[in-house]
Amino acid sequence: MNDHTDKKGVYERFKSFMVRNISLLVVLPSIIFVSVFVYVFIGWTGLVSFSNWNSIAPDLSFNGLQNYIQLFQSFRFQSDIRNMIFFSLLFILGVTLMGQFLAILLEQNIRGKWLFRNIFMFPMAMSFVVTGVAWRWIFNPESGVNIFLQKFGVSPGWYTDTTILPGWSLFKIEFGLPIGLIAVLIAAIWQMTGFSLAMYMAGLSGIPQEVREAALMDGASKWKTYTKVILPQLKPITYGIVLMMLQISLKIFDLVYTMTGSGPNFVTDMPAIYMYEATFKSNFYAEGAAISIVMLFMVMVFVIPYMFRRKEDA
Amino acid sequence: MKLKLIYASSVLLLFVLLLTACGSDESNSANQNDNSDSENNGSGTTELEILSWWTSGGEAEALNAVIDGFGEEEPNIEIVNAAVAGGGGSNSQAVLSSRLQGGEPPAVFQAQGGFDLLRWQEGDYLQSLNDLYEENGWRDVFPETIIDMNTIDGEIYGIPMNVHRNNMIWYNKKIFDDNGIEPPKTFADFFEIADTLQSKGIIPLALGDQNPRWSTLLFEMALLNELGAEDFSALWTGNEDFDTAKIRSAVNTFSRMLDYTNENHSSLDWQDAADLVASDEAAMLIMGDWASGFFMSRDLVANEDFGWVAAPGTEDIFNIVNDSMGYPTGVENAEEAEGFLAYLGSAEAQAEFNQLKGSIPARTDIDVSDFSEYSQSAAEDFKNLELNLSLAGGSPVPAGFLSRVDDAINTFVTQRDPDMLINSLEEAKSLLQE
Amino acid sequence: MPRVLANTPVYFILIVMSIIFVSPFYVLIVTALKPFSEVSVLTMWSLPANINFSSFVQAISELAPNLWNSFKMVIPATLISALLGSINGYALSKWKFKGSEVFFNFLLLGMFIPYQSILIPLIQTIDSMGLYNTITGLVLVHIVYGLPMTTLMFRNFYATIPHALIEASQMDGAGFFKTYFKVVFPLSITSFVVVGIWQFTNIWNEFLFAITITGHGQHPVMVALQNLSGSQVVEWNVQMAGALFAAIPTMLIYILAGRFFIKGLLAGSVKG
Repeated sequence: MNDHTDKKGVYERFKSFMVRNISLLVVLPSIIFVSVFVYVFIGWTGLVSFSNWNSIAPDLSFNGLQNYIQLFQSFRFQSDIRNMIFFSLLFILGVTLMGQFLAILLEQNIRGKWLFRNIFMFPMAMSFVVTGVAWRWIFNPESGVNIFLQKFGVSPGWYTDTTILPGWSLFKIEFGLPIGLIAVLIAAIWQMTGFSLAMYMAGLSGIPQEVREAALMDGASKWKTYTKVILPQLKPITYGIVLMMLQISLKIFDLVYTMTGSGPNFVTDMPAIYMYEATFKSNFYAEGAAISIVMLFMVMVFVIPYMFRRKEDA
Repeated sequence: MKLKLIYASSVLLLFVLLLTACGSDESNSANQNDNSDSENNGSGTTELEILSWWTSGGEAEALNAVIDGFGEEEPNIEIVNAAVAGGGGSNSQAVLSSRLQGGEPPAVFQAQGGFDLLRWQEGDYLQSLNDLYEENGWRDVFPETIIDMNTIDGEIYGIPMNVHRNNMIWYNKKIFDDNGIEPPKTFADFFEIADTLQSKGIIPLALGDQNPRWSTLLFEMALLNELGAEDFSALWTGNEDFDTAKIRSAVNTFSRMLDYTNENHSSLDWQDAADLVASDEAAMLIMGDWASGFFMSRDLVANEDFGWVAAPGTEDIFNIVNDSMGYPTGVENAEEAEGFLAYLGSAEAQAEFNQLKGSIPARTDIDVSDFSEYSQSAAEDFKNLELNLSLAGGSPVPAGFLSRVDDAINTFVTQRDPDMLINSLEEAKSLLQE
Repeated sequence: MPRVLANTPVYFILIVMSIIFVSPFYVLIVTALKPFSEVSVLTMWSLPANINFSSFVQAISELAPNLWNSFKMVIPATLISALLGSINGYALSKWKFKGSEVFFNFLLLGMFIPYQSILIPLIQTIDSMGLYNTITGLVLVHIVYGLPMTTLMFRNFYATIPHALIEASQMDGAGFFKTYFKVVFPLSITSFVVVGIWQFTNIWNEFLFAITITGHGQHPVMVALQNLSGSQVVEWNVQMAGALFAAIPTMLIYILAGRFFIKGLLAGSVKG
């Protein structure tokens, strides 16, 4: 009854609620869509991963941890986890360093900046599906880049090399950096450097020239200006790049699938490849779902500490 | 203050509007484009979709020829060619499984004959074709092995379109002639030849196992040689032991074959390996008979530049790789779809399709005198030899089992550990007993 | 001139890097210009015996019908996801509310899901919305899965905008949207370019959603590109010609966007 006493009051209150919470209201639609398309679907995947659904006919009866146990016991999946860890770390390192390096070079007052920038960015324009093939050919040990390298007396086996460095024996696999991954890493870094280059160029453009000049004026060396003044400013950008690249590396599929596939002895296999094949080649839906859930957990392991670290910095 | 409110609500509104506006816009264009949702449109033609992975080259020409041929007979039915390539057919399977599960089936789809096709029946997604077989007298024209392969409990679920043979060695005639070598009949011959060639710096056996399936094919040849067709196919019932002397011997043979392959095999696909043979760097290639089409595209002449012979110990066996067409449940316009299926099994369609694809018809009553030299000899063998379903061709085993085999073989090629391979086969055996 | 000389090592490094970066393109172009009978991994570096455009002709004739579908998909998806990301990023960095950090992380984790694993529920959801087999459905999916990335990127760009600017605007009595359009948006041009490039490229090249959500008539160009390869023999010359053709729009975007880059750079650091 009281509500009816003053219609205007209700409207005013509604209005001021809207204004006070405008920020939340703007974000809300995105949150709702992401809730459904991400979290509900993950829940579904989680459910399937505990089920018996390993043929065409949907069968959601509970199977406990069986799919996970089988997965972790398989040579292939153990190799995948190892490959994923090394690939992610080196890929992210490579892309951020290369992007930063090239951005700083292009920052120098040079001619042909336009041309260089486009050369470094064009790989991003290409579909992984075809660049994978081009790189497979380039790293073919018989007829690829080795034709040039042989003149310097080296001819690596690239992705046909099944060596694992240092190759500690762990469960069923040898643990360490699979040498065969290096070729895939080069291809992936080649393709994605353009992005970090663009991000860093945008970031550098936000740092006023005066700041740098002031630092130089204070007698700081170029290197010191870079590490003490510029790098800290680029921190949020680096943070963004690292997350984006982490996301790409954990899901990497097309490039590796077309370039090397699983590779000899699974040295270049990735969880996403295994999942795709399990789900759509073998119809092991539950096994495929279990792989996705493990992948998500790996993300958590990487990302959550990172999120907390960022909070402390802020 | 009011301004903010208007802004806020207009952004929300925009978000919703954009979605709905796009939606209504799309329903218009959907009508124009005529997808599977709207199979009947005003002009009175009916649309049927055929889902396959025949997207390029001779395969695509073959499919289009069949579609055109049917169009001449039934101008009121439009066949939509929904071919999807990539991932060795797994993209097509991703599309098929999501469409069947989403209740949007194509009218006809391609699968490999046998388990690859029949697995869809586990989800009751297939319709029996027994009536079509009776009406068209197909039981008499397709070989029994081929019909049985697509049959569960007396119900036939597939129409075989084509047949390839994959227990073949393709060899470089020039290399063989120059070195005075005859094509091998047994593995003893094979290894003798291989030693001779290797000592002369020629790669005896070209292999491109970037896709591990092509190593699996080598293993299959060794198994087939050791076991013969009957015991070989008995393995896939799941009741046989994999740890036997014969299988261990086959593993050993396989391992020896690998010793004679090119070092960079894991960096090549089968085309690259075939190129090693075409460019006189390697002498032999074990591959399905689609290789003959590839050699001809390299301007090589059959029986002059390249020759073929059955893999050692398998000259009496025709190892089948086959594609069959399935008919999903819930297809609209069933009458028209069945008309199309009947056409796919007809002599006319099978002749035209296979000539363009470079395979041979699954029907044995078709005149192949216009076909290539190799195809003619293959068609003859198809009638006379013992038919066996190829493991690497995916017909005799569930796809899940085959991918476990591929995984085990991939590991074996590097590690050469026979116990590990046989253990993996034993572990995967449970997938066979269903 | 002296400046150029002083930068000699820089040029040297840039040129070496460029050669490395260009080499895969060399392989693509050279292969695309060969007839199929000459295409082989064994002769991948050698130039074609005579230049042959037939693979381009074949690839273009097969891809052209799908180009329009790609544009219908990529333009709305890129614009909407960038705009929403920008507003989200602004809200979450400059108008923080209780729980905004939680919301941000909630959104952020969304970009890590492996898309292959959610295809089946996704298709069922899209189907129940009546958007299966439509480009709208594809646009919606790209917007939703693009949001985490665009929000993240804008939030990080906006973190570099001093709070003082926002506060000054608030002092003037400007609210959420007025501040956004008057202060933040004009500063975001470079960011929009980067985010736009990212989204455009990703959506343009995306294959998995395209192939499963849209049917035959709606397939974007990437599906058609895949279809250039057969199940047994792959004609690499046609495939590579197709890849080069299909990448033209993305490359054009980079070249055009480059102008904005320079603008952004001029507005920021490089003076004089």
